[in-house]
Amino acid sequence: MSVSAPDIAPKTKPGLKLDLKTVGPLVALALLVLLGISLNENFLSYNNLTNVLARSSFIGIIAIGATFVITAGGLDLSVGSMAAVIAGVMIMVMNWLIPTFGVSWSVVLAGMAAGILLGGVAGVGNGLMITRGRIEAFIVTLGTMGIFRSLVTFLANGGTLSLNFQVADVYRPVYYDGLLGIPYPILVFALVAIGGELIMRRTAFGRHCAAIGSNEQVARYSSINVDNVRLITYILQGVLVAVAVLLYVPRLGSASSTTGVLWELEAIAAVIIGGTTLKGGYGRVWGTVVGVIILGLIGNILNLQSFISPYLNGAFQGVIIILAVLLQRPRRAS
Amino acid sequence: MSDGTSAPMQPVLAAHRISKSFGEIPVLFSIDFDIRPGEVHAIIGENGAGKSTLIKILSGIEQPTSGTITYDGQTIVLPADGKAEAMGIVLIHQELNLAEHLTVADSIFLGRELKRGPFLDTSEMRRRASAVMETLHVRVDPNARISSLSVADKQMVEIAKAISRDARVLIMDEPTAVLSVGETQTLFEQIRRLTARGVAVVFISHKLDEIMELADRVTVLRDGQLIATVGTQSLTPDSIAQMMVGRELSNLYPPKHEPDVDAPVVLSVNKLDAPTVRNISFDLRRGEILGFAGLIGSGRTAVAEAIVGLAPRSAGEIRLNGKVVEFTRVAQSVEAGLAYMTKDRKGKGLLLNMGLRPNLTLLTLDKHLRAGFLDPASEERALERATRRFDIRARDPSVAVGRLSGGNQQKLMLGKTMESEPDIIIMDEPTRGIDVGTKQQIYHIIAALAAEGKSVIVISSELQEVIGLSHRVVVMRNGQIAGVLEGAEITEEEIMRYAAGIKQSGHDERISA
Repeated sequence: MSVSAPDIAPKTKPGLKLDLKTVGPLVALALLVLLGISLNENFLSYNNLTNVLARSSFIGIIAIGATFVITAGGLDLSVGSMAAVIAGVMIMVMNWLIPTFGVSWSVVLAGMAAGILLGGVAGVGNGLMITRGRIEAFIVTLGTMGIFRSLVTFLANGGTLSLNFQVADVYRPVYYDGLLGIPYPILVFALVAIGGELIMRRTAFGRHCAAIGSNEQVARYSSINVDNVRLITYILQGVLVAVAVLLYVPRLGSASSTTGVLWELEAIAAVIIGGTTLKGGYGRVWGTVVGVIILGLIGNILNLQSFISPYLNGAFQGVIIILAVLLQRPRRAS
Repeated sequence: MSDGTSAPMQPVLAAHRISKSFGEIPVLFSIDFDIRPGEVHAIIGENGAGKSTLIKILSGIEQPTSGTITYDGQTIVLPADGKAEAMGIVLIHQELNLAEHLTVADSIFLGRELKRGPFLDTSEMRRRASAVMETLHVRVDPNARISSLSVADKQMVEIAKAISRDARVLIMDEPTAVLSVGETQTLFEQIRRLTARGVAVVFISHKLDEIMELADRVTVLRDGQLIATVGTQSLTPDSIAQMMVGRELSNLYPPKHEPDVDAPVVLSVNKLDAPTVRNISFDLRRGEILGFAGLIGSGRTAVAEAIVGLAPRSAGEIRLNGKVVEFTRVAQSVEAGLAYMTKDRKGKGLLLNMGLRPNLTLLTLDKHLRAGFLDPASEERALERATRRFDIRARDPSVAVGRLSGGNQQKLMLGKTMESEPDIIIMDEPTRGIDVGTKQQIYHIIAALAAEGKSVIVISSELQEVIGLSHRVVVMRNGQIAGVLEGAEITEEEIMRYAAGIKQSGHDERISA
């Protein structure tokens, strides 16, 4: 039986599709690197590159979580405030435990455990309200964003929560030291990125995220437990925020109401620049990593030159975000 | 080209030697087509024959690669993106283009709202909307939200919108695909009223009997070529079908092999109550094809969804191979060997933005795990097997399945469902909106499954299909089982009697037989 004619659906030209959709972020990154080299010979120096990457790793780790949330058709606006609360609570827990355990790694480890636990719980909270409570992700996380932000202000009594100096000295290497010359934050970022890419591309969970973001009904009819997969993306996001905070606390040793402000938007921006679709259905972790580095390099390059005021950093980031989406949009809506 | 009997009148819209290619792929080859005032001109052809492309060109959405369009005898270039509507050429898409949250009056005047000063003149729009609906003899409240209307009423709103724009050419892409028999008749009455006023109607349908009933002339396309344009009265459904596929279509339905008399009951539903359905009882035996007939909205899909755990049920008992089962999630029913294939392949069946492979394996990803990770090679093998078994045709397996033809989408969805290796398959409208050749393939697949000892429930609104395939037929009406037909009782008239409520079996014993 040979009846139905082969499909005569028009195809996008393969060359163009490849250029803009797949390698677009990489091209942008390469151009930025070239620009950086041409502006300042220190750009490629070990110090400059590790500095940029280490600072980018907080947002990067959070953005990898956001990649899963967004791919599954969700959104988490609370990550910046969540980071601040986790940082605050970690500092309080560590300070509080010093009398019991003394100044030691066990205090730091307890603080880390508390942070991870809190991140997971915050993710469960967001996720349950969205899946079981059937409230829009935007609304829920807008709400928790406010709650977390005001909680950290309350805990810090309007000021700053500072980590005990001696404990800070113990904790310090986690940000400032490294392995084989690579700072720990960059190593953790790399590990999370590789793990994230594997999960997104090579596990049923990753496939389910894309399916849900693409069409929730299809996912439901394909026997996917939509609510559970969604919930897990928010928990993953919460835990990854905590991981980022573990690396962030030793950098400054303090938390205040201004900690993590606008991180949620930077994370979302990185995800979008990387080629993940904001309305869900398609996500790529490596793209997000490239997106984060692009955002980091813009600030760095502005600081390395003297023609343009570094105060315009935000404007350049904004332009890049809009350009990225412009280049990645479908050529013609059918 | 032979001609119908309609008076030789100047065509209102005509295409002369239209060709169209997408990139390097030609889709239409030098097509001549014309439509006269007051005529219904049907376009038929298999999926991928080029029907949709032709009507897109006729309505200005696509521009031809070569050839010309004349409107009232004048050669013109139709403006793109629906602006031809202002000139009187209106295309009604298969997926209706209505904003669900607007009211009927809002929708009819969308884009050319009546104003009083800077403000909307809502009362005038409502009044005129009522007037238009009046001329169509449609009883729809102009203040009703679109989302609250049935598909048939939504279609009437689209038609009202076209009429209020003084459409001279109305192009309809498979308007009856989602309508019940009664609704189709209402639609046909409207079309006849329009043609009586001189409106020209272009009509795409896969249903040959409808075309015989409604159309004055028929244009047959095959593989982008014009095969013929002929007057309907010189045609029979058989000759049309033959022209469509280019060969004789013998045995559309495979021979029926009755299941063994002592074949065990594999699925037994007893007094099931669920949203919109109540007191549903029936048995399904091994190797049996059980048809579910009834009007649209009679509750057939609701029964299926309640059985597999997609919808909650409030009462009743379901036994699978004698054991009571309680499915609350689809995963459980799939696990137990009971699969449901939705009728809504675009909304619930397939991920249109993804390729063939992720769609095929979505239901059964666990089968393709190696040490916890997906094994693309194993998925690829599954796709190769399914492509061969179900004759799925795609030039490039990475193409988004939204770009496949309806027939190939349907076969892919069937492949996806069968990946779970079910013993019982519930197929909801398995051939909706697909061409007759692919239908035949699907019928043979269904019969082969039953012959292998699987059991199949076929929910279908096409009576011919239910009759041609089923060993027994359950007829539903208003959320209940109106009757169960067997053997020689399975006729179109008998099914319609139960479906329309003229006949009703009185006793539960009879129903659950």
